[in-house]
Amino acid sequence: MTKVFIYPTNSLILSDLIERFDHTPLAMMGAVHDKITTIGIDSPPLNITPEDPKHGLKYAAVEVPAGVRGRMALIGPLIDEAEAAIIVDDAAISFGCMGCARTNELTKFLTRDKDIPVLELVYPYSDEEGKDFVYKISEFLESLPKDVKS
Amino acid sequence: MSEDEKYVKVALVSCGSEFAGVQSQLDSAAEQVNAQLVYPEMDVSSLDTIEMEFGLQVASADLKLMMARAKAVVEGVARVDGVFVTSCFRCAEAAIVRNEVRRYIHQNSDIPVISYSFTERTTAATLLTRMEALTTIARRKHLLAREHQSGLTAGLDSGSTTTKAIIMRDDEIIGEGWVPTINVIESAEEAFGIALKQANTKKEDIQSIGTTGYGRFLIGEHFNADLVQEEITVNSKGAVYLAGQQNGPATVIDIGGMDNKAISVEDGIPGMFTMGGICAGASGRFLEMTSKRLGVEITELGKLAVKGMQEKVEMNSYCIVFGIQSLVNSLAQGSAAQDVAAAACHSVVEQIFEQQLQEVEVKEPLILVGGSSLIEGIPKALGDLLKIDVVVPPHSQMIGAVGAALLASGYVEE
Repeated sequence: MTKVFIYPTNSLILSDLIERFDHTPLAMMGAVHDKITTIGIDSPPLNITPEDPKHGLKYAAVEVPAGVRGRMALIGPLIDEAEAAIIVDDAAISFGCMGCARTNELTKFLTRDKDIPVLELVYPYSDEEGKDFVYKISEFLESLPKDVKS
Repeated sequence: MSEDEKYVKVALVSCGSEFAGVQSQLDSAAEQVNAQLVYPEMDVSSLDTIEMEFGLQVASADLKLMMARAKAVVEGVARVDGVFVTSCFRCAEAAIVRNEVRRYIHQNSDIPVISYSFTERTTAATLLTRMEALTTIARRKHLLAREHQSGLTAGLDSGSTTTKAIIMRDDEIIGEGWVPTINVIESAEEAFGIALKQANTKKEDIQSIGTTGYGRFLIGEHFNADLVQEEITVNSKGAVYLAGQQNGPATVIDIGGMDNKAISVEDGIPGMFTMGGICAGASGRFLEMTSKRLGVEITELGKLAVKGMQEKVEMNSYCIVFGIQSLVNSLAQGSAAQDVAAAACHSVVEQIFEQQLQEVEVKEPLILVGGSSLIEGIPKALGDLLKIDVVVPPHSQMIGAVGAALLASGYVEE
């Protein structure tokens, strides 16, 4: 079982595909779930406190806007944990939406910069492209080791 | 529930304030003024077309969401009383969208709108004055429409540097007091006492009291004030009242001891406004430090500046520390005191032009108020920069106290 980071980080389709191949998806949903179920923190709706942008300093310097660093406080640890990654570029909003372009640039850079297998694809807009898209993802996920300790 | 306490719905148009750790501060500031922040409802499919409809293409999806939400507000799909447009400080893409969204709402609706850029250190206290002004415009239009002062009323302005008191009777100022702010309540008592003495009246005879400024809540409670109101609303009312410009458009610039404000006013009611406060480089504090370094009284600085030529000295007070550094450097290089004084005034005005007047459309008359308006070099530098005549009304340094006394008279009749 390999821990696979996904981009867009909140794509339910990618997350589901990874689970179907018996790997562990590293997605925003999980990070937010941990945030909102941690007792003692109260800053709805996402429970991000002023401390989080400070944790984000590990990934981006202080001159980078607070919103980017706050997002990186959630996404950064997922990238740190990742053993593989799938990046889908130019995706439709319904596939998974990343709100801040600067965060997206940094997320993709940090993923590519890591010494892990990365599959990078462009979002499909036709049936043929769609089939090829799913095929490439399955092939990639099949190639990842299943016996890695997670 | 009275009109004044009416619950107000404020649309939060932001590109992810919840990710920056400031959401609880935004909610807290809104709650303190009996407002609730809501996310305007919009059709998700509009995100595919909003860029071309708005005419602004952006890379961030959350900025498309901001534009779509602004459109929903303007078209009445989302019914709100005010709009708070906000984005991260230092984000260039968001700054462009924030300004255009604010302008779009302002030009296409009557809904009051303000914008602000936050860091993770932004607190509810910083946001409160802006949120209070926004909700006041939304809920107290009847009070803001007041053009005359009636009865015997007092206005107290507890500012960061000075505390001002004004006593008015039937549209006439009959007493005024002005003291440095040391202890908030004691300074207010002192200024009030001076004004009462000059007006030859007693505290018990005052029919209504209004308070404003940084210490407004504390002195409002102490004097049992009828009106406790932030300075954006109060100062803009005071400015148009004293300048005799209550009808039609006007622009008010208030350079206070610690911050500055630019307010666009229509028929005496504030519309768009901006408030500086990240650095005191564009405030009276910088001028105070300049006069101290030049060895002249603050009251003499303006006269000196009028004689000087700012072009001879390079000065940038964007940051007060570096501003003083360039002042010291220029004196060390042999610059004349009057040129340095002129450069200091020019620098303050330039900061206001660059930071505030880009967001507020300057419509004449331009009314300059606040303690710094008395330093002759300031209205001159502002007039030179904008190429228009600057109006400095009588009692311009007492503007907050006059506005508070005027608005408080609304409670005499009630």
